This record gives sequence, C-alpha cells and structure tokens, in this order.
Amino acid sequence: MRAYRLACLATTLVVAVPTMALAEMRAEVLHWWTSGGESAAVGVFAKQFEQAGGTWVDSAIAGGQAARTAGINRIVGGNPPTAMQFNTGKQFDELVANGLLASLEEAATAQNWREVLPPALVTATTRDDKFYAVPVNIHGINWLWYNKKLFDEAGIQEPATWPEVVAAGQKLAEAGLVGLAQGGQPWQERTLFNAVLVGHGGTELFYRIYREGDQEAVESDGFRATADLFRELQRLTDEGSPGRNWNDATAMVLTGKAGMQVMGDWAKGEFAAAGQKPGEDFGCTIIGEGGYLMGGDMFVFPAAGQEEATPAQVALAEVMFAPETQVAFNQIKGSVPSRLDVDVSGMDACAQKGAAALKDPARQVPTTEMLISPDLSGALDDVITQFWNNPSMTTDEFVQRFVGAMQAAG
Amino acid sequence: MAVSTLATASQPARQHRRRRGLAATIALIPLAVVVVVVYLGCMLWTVRLSFSSSKLLPVLDWVGVQQYDRLFANERFTVSAINIGIFGVLFIGGCLVLGFLLAVFIDQRIRAEGVFRTLFLFPHAMSFVVTGLAWQWFLNPTLGLQKLVRDAGFPSFTFDWLVNQEMVIYTLVIAGVWQAAGLVMAILLAGLRGVDEDLWKAARIDGIPPWRVYLSIVLPLIGPMIVTATVLLAVQVVKLYDLVVAMTRGGPGIASEVPAKFVMDHFFERNNIGLATAAATMMLVTVVAALAPWIYARYIRAAGRQP
Repeated sequence: MRAYRLACLATTLVVAVPTMALAEMRAEVLHWWTSGGESAAVGVFAKQFEQAGGTWVDSAIAGGQAARTAGINRIVGGNPPTAMQFNTGKQFDELVANGLLASLEEAATAQNWREVLPPALVTATTRDDKFYAVPVNIHGINWLWYNKKLFDEAGIQEPATWPEVVAAGQKLAEAGLVGLAQGGQPWQERTLFNAVLVGHGGTELFYRIYREGDQEAVESDGFRATADLFRELQRLTDEGSPGRNWNDATAMVLTGKAGMQVMGDWAKGEFAAAGQKPGEDFGCTIIGEGGYLMGGDMFVFPAAGQEEATPAQVALAEVMFAPETQVAFNQIKGSVPSRLDVDVSGMDACAQKGAAALKDPARQVPTTEMLISPDLSGALDDVITQFWNNPSMTTDEFVQRFVGAMQAAG
Repeated sequence: MAVSTLATASQPARQHRRRRGLAATIALIPLAVVVVVVYLGCMLWTVRLSFSSSKLLPVLDWVGVQQYDRLFANERFTVSAINIGIFGVLFIGGCLVLGFLLAVFIDQRIRAEGVFRTLFLFPHAMSFVVTGLAWQWFLNPTLGLQKLVRDAGFPSFTFDWLVNQEMVIYTLVIAGVWQAAGLVMAILLAGLRGVDEDLWKAARIDGIPPWRVYLSIVLPLIGPMIVTATVLLAVQVVKLYDLVVAMTRGGPGIASEVPAKFVMDHFFERNNIGLATAAATMMLVTVVAALAPWIYARYIRAAGRQP
C-alpha cells in the first residue's frame, strides 16, 4: 500500500517536473517556529523541499501572534509569502472568504488527502469542499503528565477519571507536595477546563457547546459538574501559579515539586531535555473516556486573485504532506503526523499512545480553535480565568457569564 | 514685540527673512503632510472602523454603536478602565513625590553625587519588559521576597500582592514608580540647580527653614519642570502595556488588565478589529477630554488675550 502510494507520488513528480522546472520553484515560508527544537523540525521541510528541487526561503517570526499579524498584513498589502503557518482551525476563515488564498484541491485529490486525514482535520482545512491548507501535525492538548516516582512513593495508581485526579492530588498535598502544577495564564486555564469538559462532561456535551453553540447545554448538570471539578483542581495548585509559564510548571513535575500537570504534548520536549524517559520517569495519559483533543499546525498558500496554487506552492504542499516528511518532522516536533496511515512504531511511547487513540474516530475531537472563532474563544478565556482565579465566584455565576460571553461574541 | 522689530528692520533684511520663511515653509510641508495623513488620518480611520463589524480584516460597513454596546457590557473593559485610573493617579503622584525627594537629596551637594545620580537613573535605562520580569520574580510568593523571609525563619510572613486580585494593581504601581522616579529626579534636579543661589542666601538670612524654602519658593519656581515630568509620565500611563504583559499578563484572572492590552489582544489575538478600535477610540476620547482644558487655557485663551 505504502509502496503504491510512493510510486504514485514519484509518477506525479516525474510528470510534474518538466512543467515545474519552467516556473521558478522558490518558496518563501512564513512561520513562528524559532525555538531550538522547532527550527530543527522546520528544517525537515526545508531539506525535503530542496531535495524536490525547490529553493526554501525561511521567514521565521518569533511568536504566533506576531507572525500571523505580519503575514496577514503582507497578504492584504499584496506582497504575500509563498506559504504561511496557522494553527489548525478557524484563524484563516476571512482570508478564504475574501479570495486571498489559493486552493490546493487538485493536489489534495491526487494524493487522497480526504481518506488519510481524520475527518475533523478535513473539516478544519477545507472551505466549500476545497482544501485551502495542508495540515502537518496533530498536537494532543489534553495530556496529563505525572511524576512516576512521586506516584509510587504515595502509592497512587495512574488515574483514569477526573475525580481520581482530584483524589490523587489531595494525596500528594497531604505528603506536602503540590498536587497540580498549573501555569496561570488564560490559555493554560482554558486547556485544563476543556480537558475536564471533554473527559468528565463528555464528548457530546463538548460538541453541543462548542460546535452547536447550544446555550442550554451550558446550564446542564454535566457542565456544572465540570465547573465544580475545575474548582477542586484549582485548590490543588500552589500560590505561585498565577502568571507562570507552562514550561516552569512542567519543571515542577520533573523535579518532583509537583505531582501532575495537564498540558499539550509539547511538554514532552521538556522531559526529554531533562533526560527523562516516558513510562520510566514520567507517565502520560488522557483522562476520561472522551476524546483526544486535537490541535495542530497547518500551512496556507496566499495568492491574490488566483484560484489555484502555483507549481511551487503545490510542490511544497505535497512535500509537507508526504509520509516520510511527516514522520521525520513530528519526531522532532513532539506531535504526531496529521495523516493516520503512516508508520509510527519508531516514535516514543506517548506519541504511540496518542496515535493509537487517534485510530478510534470517536476519540478524534477537534480543539476549540477549530470549532469557534478567535473572538469567542477569547471572550470565553476571560470568563474561565475569572472563575479560576476568583474563589468566591459561584458555579451559577460562572454559567451565567459563560452564556453571556457566547451571546456577546456570537 | 515681533511687530516692532519687523517695522524697524531694513529693506534687504526683511526680504532675506521672508525668503528664509518661505524655505522653512517648504521644508515643513512633508512633515505637515505626514502629520495630517498618518496621525490624523489613522485616528479618523480608527474611529470609523469602530462603527463597523470588522473582524480579522477591516471592512467598511456600518453597524452603529453595536461595538460600543458590547464594550461597555464587557467586564474586562470596565476593570481595565478602573485599573488605568488607579495606576495613573498613584504612578504620577508617586513618581513626582519620590523624584522630588531624590532630587532634593542629591541637591545637598553630597559626596559621590555622580554615583547616586547614575544609581537612581539606572532603572529608567531598562525597558518596562525587563523591569516587569525582575519584579515578577521578586514578588512571586514561591520564588522571591516571601520565600526569602520565610526561609530566614519567619514562616508566617506573607507578601502575595502579585497573586492577590485586590492588590495586584498596586504591585504594578510599585514597579512603575521604581522605574520612572529616576527620570523625574533628573528633570527636577536640573530645575533645582537653576534656582538662584541668592534666593537661598536671602532665605537663610531671614531664618526660614529649608523645607519651607523648598515648599514655598523652589517648588513654584520649578513649576514648568514639574509640568514636563507630568506630561512624560502621563504618556507612559496611557500606553501602559509592556509592564503588565511582563509582570502579570493581566492576571490573576482579569484583575490587572489595562485598556492598551485590551486593544492589543482584540486586534491581534482575537481577530476583532471592531471591538479593538472601539476601545482605542475610548482611550483617545479620554485623553482628548483630559487635555482639552489644558490646551484651552494654554493656547486658545492665551492667544485670545493678546492684542
């Protein structure tokens, strides 16, 4: 099967090369992967693209927000980069609506993107049934990382439900440790809240709120139970939590100051950098029966007033989507490949756990970035962070404000 | 006075001056165009966008005051507005008082004056981002001062303003005053040094205590310096953003949010240009409202009084 697909790719390349050689195969790629591991990962794309005969022009801007702003300004100003990074989701809706992006539909059909991607990623990268972006990875957002040594000493088993997480945290607190290491920034509080919502409230409730915008679902018992658990988790954190960065929280777990942290799979990089091994020094698990919250990155291909992508853009998209590129890239990046048909046996234990979870379509749950607008997401962040940081706010008030934010941001 | 010199000037000198005036006018045209197009134009463009439904890209439809309705119903904006008020009053007041005291201290012709001057002005050479980070570490209850004192044998010592929703805005004031007081000192010291020595001698002969001289004679004399310092500080208050981002990121919760951060977040992170420009317009209106009486008193009324 794989050989067949490779053969297909080779044929496409052979057929395409003469025409592509005429056009200049130069690609300026705008992205925000500037840290050590990240730029090593993006180097995989550059190497593969150059092997395919292209010239890679690296345009890295530190910080996702700054990079997106710069890219959008260039697109609107008529001087767009060849390709530009976004988080998988709704961030590029208006660019498509205004005809500022090129469609990748031809390349996608040729390479069978629809069949190898999880349906949620197809939805996130297509508009009007046409591909406008190439998804390069899947980040798991709702992992629970825990310190194995501390768990063994306190005689705690790997928790499977959120109430068990709370119980484990209380046990750790009795031993004088921090139960839950939490970075106190709104996006991290949102991450934790959504992890509890999908793991305890259930996938169906998650979809009713974020996909259907059902305000009655916010008033349901499941949502209230989630809010109460979220409050319990808050009591397990230390007072240094507000403002803390995510990697400082991870450091608390790996140095044995705290027992657990809920964070995306990029936290694995911190454990690896400290020389710790998954399954031996630290454990990773997804709590609850519900979903594996999928985030990730993708590239769009700006083209003012032009429907289809240029040869350089098509070639770049195909290179980024190729199975060997995705495995090599994601091994460095810490995420898992966006296509489900690749061999992940060479990746680490946690990545394999994640890839296994993704095999079950029922567990492929898109993160809120794919379901709601940045505007609504930000408005909800304000509400979640107020609830988390203000112990005197009741669950009723929280529900009321959550609904209010949904109405205001529409 | 200008009129009388012109009338008595000789013919060639007048021509020369007129030609020079023309050259100056031509040289100033680009600047004038920039001011009108860039500053005024952007301002009007911002106000216009605040009445549209713009999200990620600017669009020019008309939705009336819808964005303002949402803005004033938004608790985060209300908190931001209150915070900037608290910060503004305490920061400007604190800087002026502390800066004046430091200037008076240095004005006593102390030894190693240069060292102290450098020391006091040093924080101002650092950006707000660095200041913020340093203070964040210092005030963090599990890393900084509180841990230090507790480890030294006072386990009940508590200083958790940074993570306390009620107090967090005051920690921003502390960091801000620490950073900017040195600048005020430098400006006021220049003023103090400009005060005539004879005044001091006269006051000494009359037996007036020094504090009284500072309060009743020197302070009014350096009034323009104080105004300059206040204007500089006020600018820092309005654009307060980096200190908040570095120190608290608006947290805990939304307790230390400020209007400039509200605008930036909605512009760039939340793809909501409409709401961001509405908030920016509110900032503009506030600044204009604060400046209007001053501009009126200083320029319009003063110009009207001239013959």
